[in-house]
Amino acid sequence: MSDIGLPSDFLRGGSSSFTEFLRRVAPEQLPGRELAGGGQVPEVPHGTTIVAATCADGVVMAGDRRATAGSMIAQRDIEKVFGADDLSMVGIAGSAGIAVEMVRLFRVELEHYEKIEGTLLSLEGKSNRLASMIRGNLAMAMQGLVVVPLFAGWDAQAARGRIFSFDATGGRYEEHGFHTVGSGSVFARGSLKKLHDPGHDIDTTVMALLQSLHDAADDDSGTGGADLQRRIFPVVMTATADGVRRLSDDEVGRRVDRIITGRHLRPDGPAAPVVTTSGADADDHGEEEAR
Amino acid sequence: MTMPMYVSPEQQMKDRADYARKGIARGRSVAVLRFAEGICLVAENRSQSLHKISEIYDRIAFAAVGRYNEFENLRIAGIRHADLRGYSYDRADVTGRGLANAYAQLLGTIFSSGMEKPYEVELIVAEIGDDAGSDEIYRLTYDGSVADEDHFAVMGGEADAIAERITALRSAKGIGDEASLTECVQIAVAGLAGERTLGVDSLEVAVLDRSREQQRKFRRLGDAELTEMLS
Repeated sequence: MSDIGLPSDFLRGGSSSFTEFLRRVAPEQLPGRELAGGGQVPEVPHGTTIVAATCADGVVMAGDRRATAGSMIAQRDIEKVFGADDLSMVGIAGSAGIAVEMVRLFRVELEHYEKIEGTLLSLEGKSNRLASMIRGNLAMAMQGLVVVPLFAGWDAQAARGRIFSFDATGGRYEEHGFHTVGSGSVFARGSLKKLHDPGHDIDTTVMALLQSLHDAADDDSGTGGADLQRRIFPVVMTATADGVRRLSDDEVGRRVDRIITGRHLRPDGPAAPVVTTSGADADDHGEEEAR
Repeated sequence: MTMPMYVSPEQQMKDRADYARKGIARGRSVAVLRFAEGICLVAENRSQSLHKISEIYDRIAFAAVGRYNEFENLRIAGIRHADLRGYSYDRADVTGRGLANAYAQLLGTIFSSGMEKPYEVELIVAEIGDDAGSDEIYRLTYDGSVADEDHFAVMGGEADAIAERITALRSAKGIGDEASLTECVQIAVAGLAGERTLGVDSLEVAVLDRSREQQRKFRRLGDAELTEMLS
């Protein structure tokens, strides 16, 4: 890149997208670009489980701290949940190197648009930008370097929290209630099915997500549990009308300690009732069966 | 065949400078002042959507007067320059000085090339540091010259008259660079207004505020906040 002056490319008209600008002036800096090609892909760190759930006040996302390379733990304190901008957050599972680069580019992309246009992108717009970035990574995904992000944020227009998931071809799907990605996602999803309630407050939802990560770590070797000796806890972020906030290690630590105390009594975690007996959120079918 | 008329280089430069100056003098002015917590940018601007002041990067802001399409182009180029630098290296490696140099090169080249008409713009690149001592206000003119302004800078139609008023107001109130934001905005607005009164709807005000917790220190002042400050 040119370090001094402003080359004519900088002054040319074009879109408000930083990615498109980068593709024009410095394509070698796009995530994973130099890696595309044949040959065996070496074993690289993979991020594991990310969970997210909506609640009455917005949406919460959490991720464990483990990265694995094959059967080895590559890193025990990796961070896989990031604030994308003031109102949205993104969590990553899959090939960690490319995913982290992609998140870095995504954050610049959102900020760049905001500065040039003077307004924020809509939440749908942000998720579409992320989808097109994932689509750009398809060649790498075919070689096994898949990036699986989970995107969530506060939709200012609709005044609620929303979650979007993606597939390797850039397919974008809105998720209702909760969603999980990564190697431990199956176990976390089963756990959240029983614990999540869209009417809960932020605090309860944070607790439900931490429980689901604990369940994922319980059954999936790739997902890291809370590291009590080193005091390494999952990253938890919330997005509400007030913006994105990351819970401090202290706040998460206190909750994890409570979960662990509870699991001393019942190692499988809190028990859910086998039938839904009452409550406004119970659907008709459930109520019928309960009677 | 007709011969082109000979024009001396001095005359050519003077003509181009006059042309640019005339264009700039038609525009409403912008004042940029230091205050205790950073740098405050105040523009007389009747449009709510066509901005003269903008965020460039975490600690860098941009203000301009002159032809809108030209400085808008420069603003976008500046954001691209800063974002590309921050993405390639690190956020800490984006500096106001680097951006001011890039603008100076571009404006200087266009002014002296003779191929294009000179830009009818003046720019300010403001950057805040960790303390008031490392804050910088760079003022760039249409020919690419850069000045590093000590306390405040004014550009636009009546820049000199406004600068005099601001100097007088500062010494009358006995406040300098350690002024509070409210004092600073009041002085800037009074300086820009002169005999007139400027309402909130004809002002555009933003700050680079060191005390902000976020990484991005740029913030626009809303109408409500501004009304309170000026009352």
